[in-house]
Amino acid sequence: MNKESAAALKGKKKQILEVWMGNQLKDAALRDDLMSVSELQQQSEELLSSLLKAFSSARAEDTESDGYEPIHDILNEISIMRARQGFSPRETSSYVLSLKEVLSQVLEERFRDEPAALYKEIISMNKIMDSLSLLTMETYIKGREEVILRQTNEMSEISTPVIRVWDGILALPIIGTLDSARTQVVMEALLEEIVATGSRIAILDISGVPTVDSLVAQHLIKTVSAARLMGAECIISGIRAEIAQTIVHLGIDLTNIYTKASLASALKMSFSMLNIQVTRAAQNGPSGSKQNFGF
Amino acid sequence: MERIPILKMGPFLLVTIQVDLYDRLALTLENDLINMVSKTEAKGVLIDISAVSIVDSFMGRILGNIASMSKIMDATTVVVGMQPAVAITLVELGLTLSGVHTALDVEQGMELLRTKIGQLDTDEEGLYDSFI
Amino acid sequence: MIVLSKEKLPIQKEQDVVLFRNRIKELATKIGMSLVNQTKLITAASELVRNMLRYGGGGIIHLEIISRNSIPGVRLTFIDQGPGIQDIPLAMKDGYSTGKSLGLGLPGAKRLVNEFDIKSEPGKGTTVTIIRWKNGF
Repeated sequence: MNKESAAALKGKKKQILEVWMGNQLKDAALRDDLMSVSELQQQSEELLSSLLKAFSSARAEDTESDGYEPIHDILNEISIMRARQGFSPRETSSYVLSLKEVLSQVLEERFRDEPAALYKEIISMNKIMDSLSLLTMETYIKGREEVILRQTNEMSEISTPVIRVWDGILALPIIGTLDSARTQVVMEALLEEIVATGSRIAILDISGVPTVDSLVAQHLIKTVSAARLMGAECIISGIRAEIAQTIVHLGIDLTNIYTKASLASALKMSFSMLNIQVTRAAQNGPSGSKQNFGF
Repeated sequence: MERIPILKMGPFLLVTIQVDLYDRLALTLENDLINMVSKTEAKGVLIDISAVSIVDSFMGRILGNIASMSKIMDATTVVVGMQPAVAITLVELGLTLSGVHTALDVEQGMELLRTKIGQLDTDEEGLYDSFI
Repeated sequence: MIVLSKEKLPIQKEQDVVLFRNRIKELATKIGMSLVNQTKLITAASELVRNMLRYGGGGIIHLEIISRNSIPGVRLTFIDQGPGIQDIPLAMKDGYSTGKSLGLGLPGAKRLVNEFDIKSEPGKGTTVTIIRWKNGF
């Protein structure tokens, strides 16, 4: 990009900003629900000033050069912000691309009588703007990934409550697919709770696990082994007919692990392991009952 | 030389490991403990590892050895207080310490030892009765 | 991949191991690694440093904090000038040992880290590199 075009663009700065803003505001896709017009104006002006400054620098066509650093910062900030605010990829990338149109118009006016120079300048301007738009996209995706990562972390924390069902008995209802990452979170939460409560029995209820393949089974076996090393016993409950079938068909060995069909029978088994007896209170008075619940 | 103290409490031996073990210290412990079992005719050995943050395959093997050797000399071994992170690591490593009894804390470990020894007593009495 | 910090530690005797473990713990804590991942890393390192002392006659360990895609991790490289390993696939098998151990050292260490690389030349020595990422599973 030569000095003349840089100067021409600089001279028309006010006009460029006006047209650019006008185009953006005209655009049906403008999300004035997500950001205010004054905010947009301020952002755009800042970007344009830095951009025009970079155009007149010696290495105008190298978007990796120092002159472009402030532009990178601004675009990064804008893209990340837009990713978090929920803008679509089209909305984010059209922000930079819409500027291209306006710049082309200015160059066209300036080089009206020199088609060869016009062609060269347009190409060079396009190259710069395309590379900046790629940067915007890249940052936008990075921003989205951060959002996804945060949500994944939140989800795995929410989805593993450890419930104390009785003195010395914990229950862990597992809902959803078990992968390695999730198993580690589940396992840690359970083992920490075993230590904190001094519970000797933990019931892992897998009624909410859609399928059990050999990997899931391996994860379950690991959890049970770790609990045993600490001195607690695990019972796996909520095994549906189709899961029992898959387990046998896959040749998974669960013989060393206590398994029960329902959480209720697992609880019953825990009671007998801890020598607890639960009986219904007699109709007239509490005599004859070992434990009275008062209901 | 550094040594881990072994306490005698009735028919049981009590060991609390307060430092991170290195190989020679662990081997010394194995030696001392087995000698002590033989000398005192202890019926139970309780090893508290709640302060130990690393158990690798060597340390795991020592724990297994102590349990097997004690068993030959008619003593039950229980390892108590293993930290969750250590348990997860041992499982991943491929060590399940199948011959070792475990308990959550010293109290539950003592209870386990008492029931194990109680069982032995009644078994032996039963055996004796049937002889008469 | 960027190396953020780098240091060397010679290992000649068993007492050096305690110092080495503490240093890993410091590095892992610095990058915010969870307790379980720290324990896995230190245990794996403990297995490898024992091999290095027992079969390699000691050696040098490089401890590095690295970063890939802005995720930090700890990389440890164990270098010895021992006799080397003849058959690496066999040494990596569960339950195989030339000494009197359980044979869980190498395969166990591999399971405890995110990345594991072993190079050995008979007569020249062995180099093992392990990486554990901050949040790797």
